[in-house]
Amino acid sequence: MAMTDSVNFLLSTVNLDTSALQTLVRDPHCGGFASFEGWVRDHQEGREVLRLEYEAYPALCAKEGIRILMQAVEKFGVRKAAAVHRTGPLEIGGVAVWVGVTSAHRRECLEACEWIIDEIKVSLPVWKKEFFADGTHEWVRCDACARGHDHGDHAHSHHQA
Amino acid sequence: MNITVHYFAILRDRTRVDSEIVATGSVDPLGLWHELERRHGFGLDPIHFSVAINDEFSEWNHPLAEGDTVVFLPPVSGG
Repeated sequence: MAMTDSVNFLLSTVNLDTSALQTLVRDPHCGGFASFEGWVRDHQEGREVLRLEYEAYPALCAKEGIRILMQAVEKFGVRKAAAVHRTGPLEIGGVAVWVGVTSAHRRECLEACEWIIDEIKVSLPVWKKEFFADGTHEWVRCDACARGHDHGDHAHSHHQA
Repeated sequence: MNITVHYFAILRDRTRVDSEIVATGSVDPLGLWHELERRHGFGLDPIHFSVAINDEFSEWNHPLAEGDTVVFLPPVSGG
């Protein structure tokens, strides 16, 4: 079982200082550090996006975040893993999510980092609302469900950002 | 029994409240969903949602108990 102090998961209402976040995973035994940053982009499926808002279910996020990171430490044998997700309003180019992993050698931390962001996207209880240039806004994946329901069509796919 | 329901994302928009205490006769989250659907008019199919009881992922047919906290989770879109 991995030590619990090897993982850190946080939600943040303020802009992420990604250099400072490296301290969460620094370790003298580690020669490899891999990180991923998810940035707010200005388009979604051909539509111009002006800004985003993220909303989280904090109590379940804390549990689910730690579960994902602990699983990564065990699965890939990395030393430390951390992830931070923003909540609240974000502008284009803002950092929405940061993942950092350290290990003795490079391969484990690179693989673990990719696995962690993939898991975050499918299971962390966080929701993104996109505000479009045409003045409309949508909860990503949710509003598509509502339309599918209205049309009696449950067979649509849930696209991933 | 009294159940606390917290709403997030599209459900908070639809209900216009963050949470509410519901006096319900529903025995499980699916029954509670349909009861609240009649009250708020979600206009959404629960097939797309997950459910949490007391901050743990749960099942739609898990028995509810007095004082439980229930959250219906829309499809997630973090990252």
